[in-house]
Amino acid sequence: MDIIFSHNAKRIGADVREELPVAADAKPARFHMSTRHFRRRALALVAAGWLGGCISQPAGTDEAPKTLSFEPAAVERGAQLAAIGNCIVCHTAPGGQPYAGGRALKTPFGIIHGTNITPDPETGIGRWSEGAFARAMRQGVDRDGRHLYPAFPYDHYTKLTDEDVRALYAFVMTREPVSAGRPANQLSFPFNIRSLIGLWKRLYFEPGAFVPDSGQNAEWNRGAYLVQGLGHCGACHTPRNVLGAEKNDLYLAGGEAEGWHAPALTGASPAPEPWTTDYLFRYLRGGLTDRHDAPAGPMASVVHNLAAVPEQDVRAIAVYVAAQMDPPTPERRSLRAEAGAPTRTEGGDSTLQAGATIYAGACGACHDNGRIAPYSGDALQLTYSTSVNLPTPSNFIHIVLDGVMPRDGEPGPWMPGFRGALTDGQLAALTLYARSRFGSGPPWRDVEGEVRKARTSGATGGG
Amino acid sequence: MVRLNVNGREHQVDVDPATPLLYVLRDHLQLNGAKYGCGLGQCGACTVLVEGRPIFSCVVPVSVLEGPRIRTLEGLGTIANPGPVQRAFIEEQAAQCGFCIPGMIVRAHALLERNPEPSPAQIREYMRHNLCRCGTHMRIVRAVARAAAAMKTRAAKDASR
Amino acid sequence: MSYAASRISRRGFLAGGGSLVVGFALFPRAFAQAPPAGPGAEKAPKLPGSLEKEPMLDSWIRINANGIVTVFTGKVELGQGIKTAFIQIAAEELAVEPPRIELVTADTGRTPDEAYTAGSQSMSEGGTAILNAAAQARAILIGLAAARLNVPAAELTVQNGTVRAAGGRSAHYGELVAGQELHVRAEPTSALGDPGARRVMGKPMQRVDIPAKLSGGAIYVHDLRLVDMVHARVVRPPGYGARLRVLNAAEVEKMPGVLKVVRDGNYLAVVAQREFQAIAAMRALARAAAWNEQATLPAPAELYSSLQNLPSQRRVIVDGSGVGTGVGTIEAAYRRPYQLHGSIGPSCAVGLYKDESLTVWTHSQGVYPLRRAIAEMLRFPEERVRCIHMEGSGCYGHNAADDAGADAALVAVAFPGRPVRIQLMREQEHAWEPYGSAMMSSARARVDPTGRIEAWEYSVWSGSHNTRPGAAGNLLPARLLQSPFEQPVPRPIPQPTGGGDRNAIPYYRFDNTRVVHHFLPAVPLRVSALRSLGAYHNVFSIESFMDEVAAAARADPVDFRLRHVQDTRANDVIRTAAERFGWAGYRKRPGRGRGFAFARYKNLAAYVALACEVTVDHETGGVRLARAVAAVDSGEAVNPDGIRNQIEGGIIQSMSWTLYESVGFNQTRITSMDWSTYPILRMPNLPDTVDVHVISRPGQPFLGTGEAAQGPTAAAIANAVADATGVRLRELPLTARRVKDALGV
Repeated sequence: MDIIFSHNAKRIGADVREELPVAADAKPARFHMSTRHFRRRALALVAAGWLGGCISQPAGTDEAPKTLSFEPAAVERGAQLAAIGNCIVCHTAPGGQPYAGGRALKTPFGIIHGTNITPDPETGIGRWSEGAFARAMRQGVDRDGRHLYPAFPYDHYTKLTDEDVRALYAFVMTREPVSAGRPANQLSFPFNIRSLIGLWKRLYFEPGAFVPDSGQNAEWNRGAYLVQGLGHCGACHTPRNVLGAEKNDLYLAGGEAEGWHAPALTGASPAPEPWTTDYLFRYLRGGLTDRHDAPAGPMASVVHNLAAVPEQDVRAIAVYVAAQMDPPTPERRSLRAEAGAPTRTEGGDSTLQAGATIYAGACGACHDNGRIAPYSGDALQLTYSTSVNLPTPSNFIHIVLDGVMPRDGEPGPWMPGFRGALTDGQLAALTLYARSRFGSGPPWRDVEGEVRKARTSGATGGG
Repeated sequence: MVRLNVNGREHQVDVDPATPLLYVLRDHLQLNGAKYGCGLGQCGACTVLVEGRPIFSCVVPVSVLEGPRIRTLEGLGTIANPGPVQRAFIEEQAAQCGFCIPGMIVRAHALLERNPEPSPAQIREYMRHNLCRCGTHMRIVRAVARAAAAMKTRAAKDASR
Repeated sequence: MSYAASRISRRGFLAGGGSLVVGFALFPRAFAQAPPAGPGAEKAPKLPGSLEKEPMLDSWIRINANGIVTVFTGKVELGQGIKTAFIQIAAEELAVEPPRIELVTADTGRTPDEAYTAGSQSMSEGGTAILNAAAQARAILIGLAAARLNVPAAELTVQNGTVRAAGGRSAHYGELVAGQELHVRAEPTSALGDPGARRVMGKPMQRVDIPAKLSGGAIYVHDLRLVDMVHARVVRPPGYGARLRVLNAAEVEKMPGVLKVVRDGNYLAVVAQREFQAIAAMRALARAAAWNEQATLPAPAELYSSLQNLPSQRRVIVDGSGVGTGVGTIEAAYRRPYQLHGSIGPSCAVGLYKDESLTVWTHSQGVYPLRRAIAEMLRFPEERVRCIHMEGSGCYGHNAADDAGADAALVAVAFPGRPVRIQLMREQEHAWEPYGSAMMSSARARVDPTGRIEAWEYSVWSGSHNTRPGAAGNLLPARLLQSPFEQPVPRPIPQPTGGGDRNAIPYYRFDNTRVVHHFLPAVPLRVSALRSLGAYHNVFSIESFMDEVAAAARADPVDFRLRHVQDTRANDVIRTAAERFGWAGYRKRPGRGRGFAFARYKNLAAYVALACEVTVDHETGGVRLARAVAAVDSGEAVNPDGIRNQIEGGIIQSMSWTLYESVGFNQTRITSMDWSTYPILRMPNLPDTVDVHVISRPGQPFLGTGEAAQGPTAAAIANAVADATGVRLRELPLTARRVKDALGV
């Protein structure tokens, strides 16, 4: 099978020499039948109260044609869509080949490894037809018909248009094939039983294309399509239930990702300075705003990838997300009023006082200077920080432990980590102080416990 | 008054507790090893050890350092009796202007205490927090590997004694 | 020229001791034909190296009664290992062991005036002076021994400072000079030692400065602690041309430890008892100052078009007829942004004004020019200013060292009686240092049917590469004063070394060559000398273009270069680098490519050829230098490991420039303020290997090496990226984003 990229007659991708003996006969219709079949069995199992059953799915293999040919425009569009989808992050191991998989994703149910989506025939998706690819994206089954774990957010990708699926397929099939197996998933029982995903899907998965809101303009709808679909923003920003499904009634109301809190993107947004389309656009394009935290944690790579996305798509995302946050709740309005005001008076118990000294020595030089002469540490004044206004201190703690660093060789916001410098107690004191002086809401609970948790989960920092 | 334990000696320093350690080391204790490079925790020239972990002394106030053992370059050896990492840097002639080297040595020391046999990739990754501008990098990495080998030989000798 | 005054003041600092007048008769035979020293000396042939400027031997070498040799040099240690090389040279020619030698580096009170330590000239100027002074001193000492021992000079041998005659009689140097000076004028030629019988030169010797640097010794100006010393910090304006509108310094003056706030026009500084008190006060002072800013800079996207539209001085430096138009003509244009020196330690100086005399301890590259500039700035006679060099963080050219020296001078005079230490903050060094100039070039060539270049045309546009002090107006602090000094209009550095046109003339033989330099006297950003000056860009351009032309001629890049070189030493480095790299047997793999480049620095210094392999990540555009193999010919290699260290360092530094670096700005301010806004190489992105092969030429003149790798590295990387991807990138740096944009999906 040759993969040919017709632009300038240049070939991208590689020869995929082997033929698969399996018949390429799976069709969407058949797949739907099997889903219904599965659904009945799954319900029967639930009724029996037995979760350990082994449910198999009829094989639905589908071979890619021998020669694939893509229009350059489709590949290019696919590249932009892949950037919006942030695909490279989960499908690339640290230091590994792009899209060759292997990255460990920590979920509440165990570790799942990102798959190899390069067109390698053995370890990647080289044998996948466009139909098989589309089913994975929209229905959450692999080429052999097995259910995919919803860590792969097909609950969002199901909204994709045919054209966009085709463009993504064109993009991934023209990547350099990389032979790379992936480590086995480490999931706890019963989540290690793949067939039970069918049950999960029955309960929570709503397949179906994006439906525009005729009451909104085209830009808003474009943003909605990208945010709800490929951008899968809700995967982190919407809270999940005990079985890991997004709570639809709390859409974008604040969730969790890799130990970080993903702030609410609704009227309950905790940002002291309300997000506007313009602020969001600047933020998402990698620019700092002078009124919001820099992208950090899992959001950093999202923003990094959006730099390769057409401006109008980023703006559409900003328009839609800003609309979700409007109007601000009364609490948020009061935050805004306080943010610009002089900081509250010092004082408090010895913990807060210790935190104040740490803040003055370690943080204040950059965060509290109000300088106008050139000073590189012209960091955000924490009265404007979202992290001190979140329901949990996790983001604040992560940032202090490991800092914020741009990618090697690229400019970007910087903060050193304090992992080696501060004890759990000192970091907790600083955290409590920051909440008390700059944040709103009640004092965080069990901050030292949160510090210990973050310390064991994070990377090794510089400081 | 702030009490600090630096290189095994107790010091009482009359200083605002929010003062970053770097200035106390250089200005009050007259130690030259830790250097001011950026004051932002970006370059590692100020690196010292706190309980064996490397920190950027330019951004850590002395208020959090009362109690733990602090080690600076000076605590790792002297010109007459250099420590194993220092000796390896001399043997590899791993310096040009030398300004970043104290921080490099201190950070390398922390690495080798934790991981006595680092791979080349591990050395490079661990040293990413320290910048060099002369381009001495290849020698620095070689010196760290050489120090690891020397420390291993030394440990083997001590064990057989 | 204040030579006489400075000489008097310098000698005033020297310990007493009468001159030893050495009669002509005592000179060994080698000097018999030399003209006598004295008043007629102006007509004498040129003296070797810096001896031409400082001809008296005792300016360079003194020997005390214990036989300890003190060597004086106006050059300075910049981390390039020059002290060690000079000690090796002196030890070799004086026939003493290196530990017997003390080296004193640049001090306007003690050492010769060798202007700047720059341009890879320390070996050719300073090294050559010491080599000849040492050889001549040895000859004099042997002559003295011959007289004392009553044995013909030819029958004497010297070993570690002791002259021996047959039969065991001997006299050591200390006895022979008896504490007197070698106050003798140097001769144009010297009886140099046999290059085939070197004991110290050419042999590996550990750097003398390294042990103290690795153990916390007081090496750098930054480590100088004088009794009663206080600390100062400056507040620089937010951007070029900003004017101080309001300053409310009253609160700052009340801060703990603050001793004085200094204001003179737009110049601001604060003095405090303790260093961190000075920093805290500096921050407060910055907050207390309000400025009127000016939009003096071009929009970043229009940088290169704006450069081309600036007033320029056009100089035809090679006057061929040019390429013309027609079949077989190839052309391309190249760009290089502003780039930083980026010393790891921001610049520092200590000043002391006492008894109407000012002393400045500085890591300037030129203590004499700095003294001249400071004296002018303060309106002092030069004799009242002494500048003493101490090491700094590596500078790689004209960074903010001289500015910090001027800061120390201004603040010390404003706060007399106590030593004042001033150090710039990171953002001050970044935002205000003079950058390596942005440049652009265009190249055209025509290939004949045999695959040789028959015509070559090259034009380069560049700002100045030398705004060093000497004049007060080249010191930033002097430009900020109430009565400001104007920056002198820069002038181009003439060929053969050149500035923006350094290495603009290809070191190849073409039938018809035309080279034009467009010198831009006034460019928007502050610029001056950065390691290799214009050679970085010109070699990048020429050697990239050589590959482009070779490709058009369907020739192998190495063969194509060999086809056009005339010089056998050039041929040797090219062949050596190619062989050691394994150029001929190279197997291309996906995502990897190889590149080659060659240049002779300044067309008169060291020869460097470089072969390298890069990896290019198609998805991210990220380029990594995987391995580099260089061959270098620096003439006679005094310290081969020192040469290796310089070339290795040059390759790594230039790789960082080439892959990552450009100064950011908006229309009012510099935005590259630290290492997050001006990222440079970090350890994980190092090459796997860098191999440097030194081709030594014993007996041949020393050729400057320190800057020789910068240009070839840039070109070899760009050529390797082109080989890996099929896409030619002609604008630096080759950032991941730029490469990805060029690669497309």
